[in-house]
Amino acid sequence: MSLKRASVAVVGAAESDLGQVAPGTSPLDLMAQGTLRALEDAGLRFSDIDAVFCAASQVRMGPLALCEYLGIKPKYFDGTQIGGSSFMAHVAHAQAALEHGLCEVALIAYGSTQRSVSRAAASPREYNPYESPYRPFMPSSAYAMAAARHMHQYGTTREQLAEVAVAARQWALMNPKAWEKEPLTIEQVLNARMVSYPFTVRDCCLVLDGGGAIILTTAARAKSLKRKPVYVLGTGEALSHANISSMPDLTVTAAAESGPRAFRMAGVKPADVDMISLYDAFTITPILFLEDLGFCPKGEGGRFVSGGAIAPGGKYAVNTSGGGLSYCHPGMYGLLVMIEAIRQVRGECGERQVKDCEVALAHGNGGVLSSQCTVLFGGPSTV
Amino acid sequence: MQDLKQQSPYGVVLEHCKKGELAYQWSAADGKAVFYPRVSAPGSGNARLEWRVSKGLGTVYSTTVVNYKGEPPLNVALIDLDEGFRMMSRVEDIDPMQVKIGMRVRVKMHPGDDKQPAYPVFSPLLSEEGSPRSGGGGGR
Repeated sequence: MSLKRASVAVVGAAESDLGQVAPGTSPLDLMAQGTLRALEDAGLRFSDIDAVFCAASQVRMGPLALCEYLGIKPKYFDGTQIGGSSFMAHVAHAQAALEHGLCEVALIAYGSTQRSVSRAAASPREYNPYESPYRPFMPSSAYAMAAARHMHQYGTTREQLAEVAVAARQWALMNPKAWEKEPLTIEQVLNARMVSYPFTVRDCCLVLDGGGAIILTTAARAKSLKRKPVYVLGTGEALSHANISSMPDLTVTAAAESGPRAFRMAGVKPADVDMISLYDAFTITPILFLEDLGFCPKGEGGRFVSGGAIAPGGKYAVNTSGGGLSYCHPGMYGLLVMIEAIRQVRGECGERQVKDCEVALAHGNGGVLSSQCTVLFGGPSTV
Repeated sequence: MQDLKQQSPYGVVLEHCKKGELAYQWSAADGKAVFYPRVSAPGSGNARLEWRVSKGLGTVYSTTVVNYKGEPPLNVALIDLDEGFRMMSRVEDIDPMQVKIGMRVRVKMHPGDDKQPAYPVFSPLLSEEGSPRSGGGGGR
């Protein structure tokens, strides 16, 4: 039995406060704030929630902690933790539970205070005797080696990587919630402080506080609610490794499996996608995902993003929020990746709104290119 | 199957490291090298794994240079060993930025210290003319 296209819809979506929160704020405070805002957005009540999905690097047993905080006892819960793509997996799992009548209103929540408490404290790394002695600066060094390999095999350049950061910044300047407020040039990216070659600090995502929540329900119930439903057209989940030294090919991610699964379920193809929301932990990741999800051939990603092709006014609307590079990256950014795609389908993105956005793709990445989960969202015209 | 009450896979690796050897496992049933060493071969679950010592020759698969504050630049690399397994390591005895993908390297044992037991690192394999050699896994 497989999941059905458009059987469920997102009916509420909201960020928590983003950027830098007040001292003492907990990840659960941010999840709760996102939850209340998403409920208001949906026109649902607290008591309507009967399923809880969450993950956070600072909360070991997410569903327990969040349900205690909120004071709810859901019929169904899932704390799948596969890094930044966890929330796309939660959508797929929520869809299964909703389709089977195990629950009716599913909450997916996330919160992080990594800027306030430091990245090292927010996501301590597990010791690995086969990697830790070499002191890679994780996760940056893992992605840097993927970039170096892509440059070697396909002639991708540091300038092409920088294009990704510059495009993200241009979109961010149109998003009032984005952290970064100043323009950025390719030269500034190249000349910034080198972190892990070939990445400068501008090739790396922001380290901020933040979180949010989305609410899903059945397509039937969604029609009776106040917001325009954003249907889940397709989902796909895949994983390939945990440690970068065990990744079979550093230039090919499991998005090459999750993407086709999501597209097959949705009955659409890459050319049908109006807006692309990709987890940009580092400038190499959108390049890899554009290739692996089928928007361009393997190896062409660097050339694909060149010349402002994914910047405002370019050929492809990619990461219109400004992404993890310039809008907000609280550590496990996947939930915010989806929120922007949902808003684009709703048509509520103001200055950065993609015209007639009916199909949006949200792709999440977790670990060190380890877990890849894809969700395709569609507006009412797609069902 | 490894008797975990007697010795762990990592324990075996460490013993070899102390002797200056890079150990890996061989899964005859799969015709595949296994690294990092474990109880069963990935993909097949074969628990009849044979311990082998690598000749220590390999090719740089990818490389990066980490800039920790107040420290000299540090190389981190992924090395494809000739026996068919990949590991994370460091290429020493060369400017970290000059470590290139496709470069041939040879293992040497870092002695470690109080906190870190001996662990394998690599040096460039020099050609007869004395310049670093490249080859092997450099292409597509």
